Amino acid sequence: MNLFAATGRLTLDALRETGRISGFASQGAMAWFTGPFYWRAFYAALIRIGFTSLPVVGLTAIFTGAALALNIYDGSLRFNAETFLPQILSVSIVRELGPVLAALMVAGRASSAMAAEIGTMRVTEQIDAMSTLAVNPFKYLIAPRILATTLTLPILVLIADIIGIYGGYLVSVYALDFGGPVYIQNISEFLETRDIVTGLVKAGVFGFLISVMGCYYGYTSSGGAQGVGAATRTAVVAAAVVVLAANYLLTSLFVQV
Amino acid sequence: MSMRETKISVRNLHKRLGPRQVLRGIDLEITEGQSLVVIGASGSGKSVMLKCMIGLMKADKGSVIVDGRNIARHSESDRRFMTKQSGMLFQGSALFDSLRIWENVAFRLLHAEKSSRKAAQKKALECLAQVGLAPEVGNLMPSELSGGMQKRVSLARAIASDPQILFFDEPTTGLDPIMADVINNLIVERVKALGATAISITHDMASARKIADEIAMLYQGRIIWRGKPDEIENSNNPMVEQFVNGRAEGPITMAVTRA
Ligand SMILES: Nc1ncnc2c1ncn2[C@@H]1O[C@H](COP(=O)(O)OP(=O)(O)OP(=O)(O)O)[C@@H](O)[C@H]1O
Ligand SMILES: [Mg+2]
Repeated sequence: MNLFAATGRLTLDALRETGRISGFASQGAMAWFTGPFYWRAFYAALIRIGFTSLPVVGLTAIFTGAALALNIYDGSLRFNAETFLPQILSVSIVRELGPVLAALMVAGRASSAMAAEIGTMRVTEQIDAMSTLAVNPFKYLIAPRILATTLTLPILVLIADIIGIYGGYLVSVYALDFGGPVYIQNISEFLETRDIVTGLVKAGVFGFLISVMGCYYGYTSSGGAQGVGAATRTAVVAAAVVVLAANYLLTSLFVQV
Repeated sequence: MSMRETKISVRNLHKRLGPRQVLRGIDLEITEGQSLVVIGASGSGKSVMLKCMIGLMKADKGSVIVDGRNIARHSESDRRFMTKQSGMLFQGSALFDSLRIWENVAFRLLHAEKSSRKAAQKKALECLAQVGLAPEVGNLMPSELSGGMQKRVSLARAIASDPQILFFDEPTTGLDPIMADVINNLIVERVKALGATAISITHDMASARKIADEIAMLYQGRIIWRGKPDEIENSNNPMVEQFVNGRAEGPITMAVTRA
């Protein structure tokens, strides 16, 4: 009996939280369309979230691409399909690994940074102070960050795609004796625009979700340094889980079985 | 003074935070151009009262009427109406720690009033000078300032766009006596020169005597005494007497030990 009550309460809490986050997200998105829009804050967010994430996303992509090439080679050797390595590798990266890995990296970096930054502003009353100065914190803090992340993640993913495929190329050509030009040609003949575009659409959705999590948990944090710490932790975990869940949903939409 | 209109009228204001009923029916009338000082023990709810009055916190019950509008309903437009004409100095300064000092002071000018960066900076440096800070300070970050300097920056930020209503939450706490007096003079001058209405919270009785047209005392969630600064010595109110004379023994301590 108690177990049922506890489960019920947990479910209700989760639903309530989901509702609050959805409300927060739509409020953040709505703020883009009702001025003023703070360009300076937006550019700063672009640089901080997009540009500074490049190294880590690039490193993740190149190592994953390289390891993936080895694994695909070894696996496909079992049924003599190793010549399809470039095709399998490229479609895996473009449709799945590029978007998911870049999103997870950005979730780790950006959503924690947002939660910590906005959370500190909340507990030190900087957000209250902003309201009293006639500036809407939603427009100044939240909207630019969400938009910047939503726009930059597809670009990061595009770069991750290229670097990841290049990582696979290096391994295939220098360790597995593939011909370089053939490798490239196989990929360019095989890949469809649809593969790339669905990956980038995913990336945009992930960017939106990641920044909403970071901003929401920061904005609603309370109780000093410990509260901000908890908010940061929750934001990263929530962002990662939501990205993975959304990845499955979107993939099942794009891949009509 | 009696000919002037009432600027802010607080009626039966209640606010509960967690398990504590912090405000239990505040009644307060403030005339336009008046400087009211609120005193009261630490934790008695002074800051909460101020936040309810400026629209940062939603009161549970009661009303805050400003120019005939009830701010306590807490709608978006009410809050905008209030923030447009008021400025607040926070007890903890609440400076934006990612912005330079002059950008802090000019924040409203830059982002709400859309003035040029140049004009905003000029105004910011003027305001900093008024609170005794050199122009070089303008380019520092808040973390590079002492607590008292941060407080003065916060004051400069609150007055930068000449608001009609000023809320000061302990403006002189943490300042040396000389600088405290400079700030007191500044507050007096603001109220006189701009005809602004000011509500200040302070523990500093010297400051209270200097800046107040009237003093009100908050105790157990209600205003229990109100009068002119020269009446406070003979208030015939045990709570006020204890507070003014700073005695540990008296009715207020009793309440603290009981809680
Ligand atoms: N955000 C909050 N959540 C829960 N309780 C709060 C919150 N803010 C204030 N309180 C409680 O409300 C009471 C009044 O707090 P307030 O900050 O108004 O006191 P104060 O009179 O300004 O004291 P001080 O002179 O020390 O600044 C305190 O008991 C405090 O614990
Ligand atoms: Mg206080």
